[in-house]
Amino acid sequence: MSVEFDQKVHDTLADANLQLAIYTSTGRLKRGRVASVSGEAMPDYQELRDQAHAIKKHAIDNLDYYLEEFERNVTARGGKVIYCKDATAVADFVLGLAKERGVRLIVKSKSMTTEEVDLNERLEHHGLESVETDLGEYILQLAHEKPYHIVLPALHKTRYDVADIFTRELHVPRETVIEKQTALACGVLRDKFLAADIGISGANFLVADSGSIVIIENEGNARLTTTAPKIHIVLAGIEKVIPRARDLATFLKLLARSATGQLLSAYTSVLSGARRPGEIDGPDEFYVVLLDNGRTRLLPDKGKRQTLYCIRCGACLNACPVYRKIGGYSFPWVYSGPIGAILTPQFMGVSHEPALPFASSLCGACGEVCPVKIDIPKVLLDLRSDVKKAEAREGQGRMERLAFRAFAWLMTHPRAYEMACRMAALMAPSGDGSWLKSVPPLMNLPPVRAWLSQRDLPPPPAKSFRELWRHRR
Amino acid sequence: MGDRVALFVTCLVDQLFPKVGMSMASVLERLGYTVEFPEDQTCCGQPAYNSGYRDEARRVARHFIRTFAGYDRIVVPSGSCTTMIVHHFAELFRKEPETLRQVAELEKRVWEFSTFLTEVAGVEDVGARFPEVVTFHDGCHGLRELGVRAAPRRLLGRVRDLELREMQTGDECCGFGGTFAVKFAELSGAMVRSKIDAILETGATTVVSLDASCLMQIQGALARAGKPVRTLHLAEVLASR
Repeated sequence: MSVEFDQKVHDTLADANLQLAIYTSTGRLKRGRVASVSGEAMPDYQELRDQAHAIKKHAIDNLDYYLEEFERNVTARGGKVIYCKDATAVADFVLGLAKERGVRLIVKSKSMTTEEVDLNERLEHHGLESVETDLGEYILQLAHEKPYHIVLPALHKTRYDVADIFTRELHVPRETVIEKQTALACGVLRDKFLAADIGISGANFLVADSGSIVIIENEGNARLTTTAPKIHIVLAGIEKVIPRARDLATFLKLLARSATGQLLSAYTSVLSGARRPGEIDGPDEFYVVLLDNGRTRLLPDKGKRQTLYCIRCGACLNACPVYRKIGGYSFPWVYSGPIGAILTPQFMGVSHEPALPFASSLCGACGEVCPVKIDIPKVLLDLRSDVKKAEAREGQGRMERLAFRAFAWLMTHPRAYEMACRMAALMAPSGDGSWLKSVPPLMNLPPVRAWLSQRDLPPPPAKSFRELWRHRR
Repeated sequence: MGDRVALFVTCLVDQLFPKVGMSMASVLERLGYTVEFPEDQTCCGQPAYNSGYRDEARRVARHFIRTFAGYDRIVVPSGSCTTMIVHHFAELFRKEPETLRQVAELEKRVWEFSTFLTEVAGVEDVGARFPEVVTFHDGCHGLRELGVRAAPRRLLGRVRDLELREMQTGDECCGFGGTFAVKFAELSGAMVRSKIDAILETGATTVVSLDASCLMQIQGALARAGKPVRTLHLAEVLASR
């Protein structure tokens, strides 16, 4: 994948408008987060992070127990829990239900999990209309694109891009005023809400002790999606379960702040099953589809499975100097940024995208902002080791492996190290490397060429530190 | 004081930036320490560790532990190499209880240079003079894994005739990242160019940091862009009079 990854990185870096869009949007979210969790705004921020980490750890350590409790409580409230192992199983379930009930139109609220299983594409393939109702997701659906960012899916689109998309896809006069674009989308979507028979949502949390699902949003479209149609289907990863309703107090304080800098998102919905006799609204049928799709692969590894603690706030993307340069589409899957870099190789297997864990300077900004304290840099390091072990097994990457073996030998033999370094210094490229053009083999060493492609190298000193030290007395 | 300290100068300083090591020694001697340089020292093993080669990293780490076994205070001119020793050696020897015990004891003896000055030597004013406008670049590992933020600023604050101007994104990575800098050269280059924009905005004539690796990256990009700003390790500034 390296060639494809490098090409996408190159294209993103070369696109000045895109660079500005990514930098501005992530910068705004980043500053919002910093202000909302500052010592003054939130004195107990660090304690809350510890708490959130402990709750998630406990839930994942006892995942089977809490999933069963959740299922029991959903069932007791008249809902139904379905376990799906992959994308096909999810699509089969939704298609089967739609066929049984004679449903043609589905409305959807924002959900990374549905993106993960390409749900819209799979449903459309079978002749169903599935409409995204989150504004950003709706724009992307019209543009036939995937989310660029976990929280701001259309972060890379300017209002002029949106005007072009609406004109092309909805056949309306070109409109570049954001408020008017929003009103236009609302008009189209309102009709869809009223006509749809199934609403599909994700879930931010599954609460085991109450059998509730919790959805956090800003537009109100998730409320309509989950209450207007007769059938509500929730799709959520199995890792979304938390033990108790009271744990929400911890997560709600952290999630919106980490994501956007809001103290609380505009809407927090706690939904517990279908409409019961005497209730005035809500769906007639309520299904919770619990998705594995690679998640259980992580469970045997007690270190790396902290990846499953993620609450999808996107803070690590906004803080990441790599994401802020290469954007969302450079990443091979729907999950981008630091969390994508540790999640994708674990869900799909390290050999699938071996370069991904290495595309980080290990600066640690991601781990610093993670509200549930996932040690992302540590997981990246573990994955790097996994990749190299896989390469060794498959007989790949021999040159690099030999180089590091030589490195380890030299660094454990001080005299040889000193001699080798002196020899290298005598031949090493200096400054912009121009004099070295007379020694092409050295200049052509890939690491030397790569370094010099971007920056100069300091001229090697006449004497190393150890030589200076020996002669100083 | 007359106390002994051992220098671990790091392979990068040994081979490419010897002046950083000499400056560190002279600051420590000026404070009354007897400075030693264990000659068998090489590297902390971080390049192998960060590249996914744990066995190779473990070999180098073991060599480090042996080389510095007899020294009570080990001072390092790098936040990153200090982090490797005090945070990651333990991971390497997870399955060797005896070595792990040695690592736990080693962790208490290894000091990042600026922290050693403020916390062990207990000084802020080392008698330096440096008549320039400087800006400070926080190395990521020192800042986030060791929590070093105040120490270098307190030390710089007491240097005569020095004006410190913080940059907008002082805590943002310079894009070095070890082998990352050559494996993802174009991306690394884009990151350091953002960094030098922030540096140039301050109007400083010198960029100071605790890590020669960041400085090599920043200096290389400044030179390529033709900007007359120089880079110095904190030790070099503190050794100036």
